[in-house]
Amino acid sequence: MSRLRRNLGRIAAFFSRRRLDADLEAELAAHIDFATEEGMQRGLPLAVARRQALIQFGGLQQAREQQREARGFMNIDILMQDLKYTLRTLGRDPGFTTVAIVILALALGANIAVFSVVNQLMLRPLPFASAQQLVWIAPPPTKCGLSCATYSTDAYDEFRVNSRSYQDVTGYFAFSSADNLSLNLGSAPITATSIDVIANFFQLLGIQPAIGRTFTPDDARNGASPVILLSDAWWRRQFNADPNIVGKAFDIDGKQTTVIGVLPASFDFGAVFAPGTKVDAITPLNLYGPPRDWGNIITLIGRLKPAISLEQARQDAVRVAPTMCWNNKYPQSCGSYKDSVVPVPLKDYITGKLRRSLVVLWAAVGAILLIACVNLSNLLLVRSAARSKEFAMRGALGATRARIVRQLLTESLVLSSAGALFGLLLAISLITWLAHQGAVALPLLSTLHIDGAALGWTVLIAVGAAALFGLVPGLRMAGGNLHETLKDSSAGSGQSRKHERLRSIFVVSEVALACMLLVGAGLLLRSFMHVLDVDLGFQPERSAAIKVDYDDNVPGDKTGDLTTQKRSAILQQVLARVGALPGVEAVGIVDFLPLGQNRAWGTPFPKGVKRPDKLDTGPLVYVATPGYFRAMGTRLRGRDFTWSDGPHTPNVVLISAAYARFLASFAHWTNNDPIGQIITSDPSDSKNDLHIIGVVDDVHEETVDGEAGWQIYYPTTQASPAGAKLVIRTTLPPATLATSVIRTLRDINPKQPLAEFRPIQSLVDHANSPRRFFMLLVAAFATLGLLLAALGIYGVISYSVTRRTTEIGIRMALGATASYVERQVIFNTLRLAFIGVCLGAAASLASARLMASLLFDTSPWDAATYFAMAFALLAIAALSGYIPARRAARISPLVALRAS
Amino acid sequence: MSPDRLDLLQGTLDLMVLQTLAAMGSVHGYGIARRIEQVSGNQVLLNQGTIYAALVRLEQSGWISSAWGTSGNNRKAKFYSITKAGRRRLADEAHDWERLSSVMNSLFSMKKGHETA
Repeated sequence: MSRLRRNLGRIAAFFSRRRLDADLEAELAAHIDFATEEGMQRGLPLAVARRQALIQFGGLQQAREQQREARGFMNIDILMQDLKYTLRTLGRDPGFTTVAIVILALALGANIAVFSVVNQLMLRPLPFASAQQLVWIAPPPTKCGLSCATYSTDAYDEFRVNSRSYQDVTGYFAFSSADNLSLNLGSAPITATSIDVIANFFQLLGIQPAIGRTFTPDDARNGASPVILLSDAWWRRQFNADPNIVGKAFDIDGKQTTVIGVLPASFDFGAVFAPGTKVDAITPLNLYGPPRDWGNIITLIGRLKPAISLEQARQDAVRVAPTMCWNNKYPQSCGSYKDSVVPVPLKDYITGKLRRSLVVLWAAVGAILLIACVNLSNLLLVRSAARSKEFAMRGALGATRARIVRQLLTESLVLSSAGALFGLLLAISLITWLAHQGAVALPLLSTLHIDGAALGWTVLIAVGAAALFGLVPGLRMAGGNLHETLKDSSAGSGQSRKHERLRSIFVVSEVALACMLLVGAGLLLRSFMHVLDVDLGFQPERSAAIKVDYDDNVPGDKTGDLTTQKRSAILQQVLARVGALPGVEAVGIVDFLPLGQNRAWGTPFPKGVKRPDKLDTGPLVYVATPGYFRAMGTRLRGRDFTWSDGPHTPNVVLISAAYARFLASFAHWTNNDPIGQIITSDPSDSKNDLHIIGVVDDVHEETVDGEAGWQIYYPTTQASPAGAKLVIRTTLPPATLATSVIRTLRDINPKQPLAEFRPIQSLVDHANSPRRFFMLLVAAFATLGLLLAALGIYGVISYSVTRRTTEIGIRMALGATASYVERQVIFNTLRLAFIGVCLGAAASLASARLMASLLFDTSPWDAATYFAMAFALLAIAALSGYIPARRAARISPLVALRAS
Repeated sequence: MSPDRLDLLQGTLDLMVLQTLAAMGSVHGYGIARRIEQVSGNQVLLNQGTIYAALVRLEQSGWISSAWGTSGNNRKAKFYSITKAGRRRLADEAHDWERLSSVMNSLFSMKKGHETA
């Protein structure tokens, strides 16, 4: 108790120093007066009495110091003293201070920003309550895309009821396409993107609406009145953040739909489940309505019971999977999910792929921080060499070595704190910028911000960096020999030679670090170039796509023929009108574009050939009109669909080359040519025969840098498409056509919403965006690293030239030519840089495996990259050495010798 | 200073100050120092200045309190007096001191006995 009081008193004393000092002075004065008076009473003269009093007192200054030490914390006082001194000395050298703070701000800023990204994507749990319990339930990756990564509603029900590991299981409709909803507010319909989720979705994730409520099971029943939940962003953008929005109804897709709530800003469906896309609204999925017959449509998310491990859940899924049916109406479809129900942590699914990239990014900024520290160390060393006399003097006056190191560390801390402050500002702007890169397909990007953890990290690395760059020069300086330093008047002997070796180590390590950064960036850049060169199977340049709205509904149409006729009439009209626009080269319609949504409808197999028991699940299905391949730039062998392929002519399909090869390996087709052959999914009925009329290029459907899968194309006149995307190939820049195309579509269908006219290239860019993003970041960091390294080399060489002015002067006086001196300096620089490059290259080679999985079509030991980077680095080093070398060559022996 | 004066043991000065204040009531710094010197018969080596560090320590611990006042000869001075907590502390410390000194005494007498045996 009294101890606590005492410490509080000591802290309080720090803030009332002035008053306490005045008090003490008065007290001491009174003390001396009392003593003097007493002496005088004994008959001593005033002067003698006073002297006696002072002797008895035993040193006023000591008493003061003792009292101050007792009443406060000495360390705080010393710190304040050091701080005051540091600020004064730094202020006296604004050039040094600015350079040091800028270097630190860049390095620390990059580190703070990357830490925020790493923390958000990798270290922190997902932004859901008890997120570690959440699992993503999907089969291992297959050829058939989303259709094989999803489950039917019957399978979902069975899994949910029969599994014992979950608190609950939910899911969402995986096949929603962008702009799938059209909001009619009176004028032109507005498109938006919504996702259908199972009613318990928000309860399971633990998300509370910002206003209103989330779904109840009643919202998803047959005949329930339509309801919608708005995302925070859409609510602000489209509805002006109307606080009374809940309960209002709007015409959405022709149905009066009631807004029941607004989601919190912290939940962005796109950011978590569909990176790089924006989701404006959420609607309930009716499990027992039509979706029941739509096949695999739901992706599953489960919340494990608290005590259940992932392994237990896996075993549980293996047990339940055989009882799950694709459709309960077809008993033979039961068991088709065997081996394809595997729970993985949701976080692994969402950010697992990025882990390696993030580690590389983190390592890159770590290297930058090290380079910056080495730079700072050197700057401080140069500075402290210039101040060696000052320290020697302080030592002579009684400052201990620890006290001087402490003073130097205080300086480092002040510098790194200032650097951290500016770095933090830099990081905040960088993070804000990143959070608004909506088009980059990286998860959780929009939720990035500088949080408490990032601030903690800032303090940690700022202190760490200060210790790192402050300690070496500090110890070097304080360890110097007093007498030597005081005597030694010329900079150039003893002490400095030791520093020279230290500086060489600085240069070598900087170059080595920069070399690793450059090699990493070089490899990523090369990979990216290779990705851009991939033959996608279509030509994205000069083509664009727009979603077309049409109504092919024919009431009372039993066979579906009338619907098909109506649809083909509408689409033909669209194609004819848009195709006639000036600048349009080719037009076609498809339901799903590449690198986006996809689906599969089983695996059609050559007719008359026995199906193997185990067959890779089948090609991705696209429903297209005549002209689509020309518009997309996909090469076709055989014939394209025509409008005369109809409900009453034989069913025709086009297949991709890879799928054709696969089928040919089973069937004995003449010349292995599939054209004219028949394939089928159901050999029992010849109505299901599919005649192959042509083979098209393999298209990269899911990823640019992955393998192209299998595709099969059906004509819109024979199969029912899931919507329509009009693809236009033009001779003009695609954007210039936007208005005329939309006007034409409006003309045909006044209900045509204002959909986005997207260049096909943007689909490719979107797919490549994570790779581009990481490549750009690493390249930017490598450039920064190179810049800092160049600065460091320049600093070291330049200082060593200054220090050796006398020596060079003597050499020149003894006959060394200017060019010889210049060559020597450059040679010396290059020697150090070369050692650094060798070390850096060796370290890169050793850690190449870390990079391997991030590269595309590029070896992590790619010789060209290594040589190019080594050469670039040596060139930069030579350049950094050249300026001081020129200066050395211009040294006049007379001036140099006179100066010393 | 004469070499035969006692060096103060760590912490004993605080105890002396407390005891002085307990005995004398409200006293200023000089008074305390003089009192200790007088009582010890000038046997204690006391730099009068060190008393102020002891005073600030004791005051921050809440064992003594201080107030500015006027002395008998009309001089302004800071007067210290012991608090309740200070008295308790003094009692505890005095008790400990007695125990320690009786242990020391018996130790020393034992050593003597051993030598003569």
